[in-house]
Amino acid sequence: MAQYLLRRVLQTIPLLVLISFGLFLLMNSIGDPLSVYAESRKPPTGKAREELIRRLGLDKPLPEQYLVWLIGNDWMLTDVRGDGTLMEPGTRHGVLRGDLGTSSVTRRDAKLRIQERLPNTLILMVPSYLIVILLSLSIGIYSAIRQYSLLDNIVTTISFVLYSLPIFFIALMVIYIFGVQFQQWGLPSLPVAGMYDPREPETLGGLLQHMVLPVFCLVAIQVGGYVRYIRSSMLEVLSQDYIRTARAKGLEERRTIFVHALKNAAMPLVTLIGLDLPFLLAGAIVTERIFAWPGLGRLFIESLERSDITVMMAILMLLSIAVVVFQLLTDVVYTWLDPRIRYT
Amino acid sequence: MATVSEPANLTTTAAGTKIVSLGAEAQLHQGESNTKRSLRRLLKHRMAVVGIVLLAFVILYVSIGSLIYSEAYANHNDPTRKLEAPSSEHPFGTDSIGRDLLARTIYGGQISILVGVTAVIVSLTVGTAVGLASGYFGGIIDTVLMRLVEAALSIPQLFVALLASRMFAGKLPDFTIGGREFSNTLIVIVFAIGLTSWMQLSRIVRSMVLSIKQQEYITAARALGAPSWRIVMQHILPNCLAPIIVAATLGVASAILLEAYLSFLGLGVRAPTATWGNMLFEAYENLQIWNQWFFPALFVILTVLGINFFGDGLRDAFDPRSLK
Repeated sequence: MAQYLLRRVLQTIPLLVLISFGLFLLMNSIGDPLSVYAESRKPPTGKAREELIRRLGLDKPLPEQYLVWLIGNDWMLTDVRGDGTLMEPGTRHGVLRGDLGTSSVTRRDAKLRIQERLPNTLILMVPSYLIVILLSLSIGIYSAIRQYSLLDNIVTTISFVLYSLPIFFIALMVIYIFGVQFQQWGLPSLPVAGMYDPREPETLGGLLQHMVLPVFCLVAIQVGGYVRYIRSSMLEVLSQDYIRTARAKGLEERRTIFVHALKNAAMPLVTLIGLDLPFLLAGAIVTERIFAWPGLGRLFIESLERSDITVMMAILMLLSIAVVVFQLLTDVVYTWLDPRIRYT
Repeated sequence: MATVSEPANLTTTAAGTKIVSLGAEAQLHQGESNTKRSLRRLLKHRMAVVGIVLLAFVILYVSIGSLIYSEAYANHNDPTRKLEAPSSEHPFGTDSIGRDLLARTIYGGQISILVGVTAVIVSLTVGTAVGLASGYFGGIIDTVLMRLVEAALSIPQLFVALLASRMFAGKLPDFTIGGREFSNTLIVIVFAIGLTSWMQLSRIVRSMVLSIKQQEYITAARALGAPSWRIVMQHILPNCLAPIIVAATLGVASAILLEAYLSFLGLGVRAPTATWGNMLFEAYENLQIWNQWFFPALFVILTVLGINFFGDGLRDAFDPRSLK
């Protein structure tokens, strides 16, 4: 087991290098990193521009730039003027030492910007994910126990429809109904944008009010898939011999379902959750955009619009690392949960 | 029943009675070809038929509709009549610069479906090629390709697609086909979607190839001296077709959705070409007027729902384990 773990952990290193290098190449082909200076009042020209390029290390080949991004350049001297008269030590520490770089667009530390936005995304995603799991577990199990009942057929159909619905449809619809129409009808309407009301002090109550609609939308689009999954995996388990045995020996139905069946049906669910969890960080770009929620997804869009390579790279690396780490964790948890699986 | 979508279906119902009835039915359809059997099963699949009907409706709508309304009419704007509610002259109303929404959903639909299908062709080509190469040759090729797939799968697709559409934006010229002018962003979007969605398929194809490779007929073909490309194209690929077709069908739905998302975020197909996605993007400014966003969203849903129903039915129909 320890050996298996060690090997898996070591395997993630080349994977992360591959991902980050790929992303680095992609980012650098997006546009001219110096284009932000073109809009400033005094765009650097001639010598100043060349010095800037050297200072930022943009004259170096891409693999070298990648290395600087990875391990920093504070340990080496940069020839700013290109003739050896002005040698300056670099200022970057590199990602491996926790320096995600300073954005050349906003002149701010990318890490700080992510730290500002990440909690907002989690405030939205964690509650909605918990609701999704609880809701889909109860609906899925009920639906499986009463297979082909009226309610089961309704649930199956609705979950299929929800599963195919694009999030913007649900979002636009609830905004229209609860935000716009309720106001017109003189009913108390729900806020549809942002996290707090800018005219009022930031309170928990205000936050909760703003959360209602986006959380509702996120639950609505995710719950369908999970219900389908739990229902089918529960049905499969319920047809197994050991369930019949449990029933035959006179075990309480409740115990049969919730202990014998659910425990086994939950196994594949672990994989699903493990693979989905990292995407909570990614948030829902579209949801955040529609509800003007200042989360990580919106930060990405904002950075994309301004070609802010540093911030985009930081966000994507964070997400990829989360995906890779959660995949590893899922495998480990799976081994631990299912004694039949033995990795060597 | 409507619940045939579950793979576990066969084992779940009272197994005994099922086998008896299967025996009779299997005899009834003896000597039937694979394709014929799949087709018969597909038409018996209630959800699949619903899907076919939905898709037929959407396709008829966008094709017959374009005979009634011209594209010039769809792009014709009349600022004095903007944001109108549905009326007899404009059944779906008009948008923020006074264009007819009905005509725009027709032409937007053509483009959305076109983007969906061509993006899938791109992802299908790449995914199948990678899967075949990886599974057939194995060794170092397999290791390298599968590491690449793993890396690509670790980055959320929407983010990469956004990056890719930003990367190519403005680098290609607008183009004209058959007298219709298209925005260059159309190609950008097709490749942005296609090149970020082939990974799952390549894994499916690879695993199929790995099992087919072990079959006797492959050994026989090799013993007869068939070259590698012939074995791959003639003996392996045709036997992988079922999962590829299913993946492609469902892929069209997710490509249409992704196009809508990208356009909705302002990085999709740009004017003058209408798509359901960029109609939604424009409607976002006028959220309080329901007909602005309702119709394009409705058509996206009908299409995606139809494809998903149909694809699910296809999967069941192709499944050799269910003997119906």
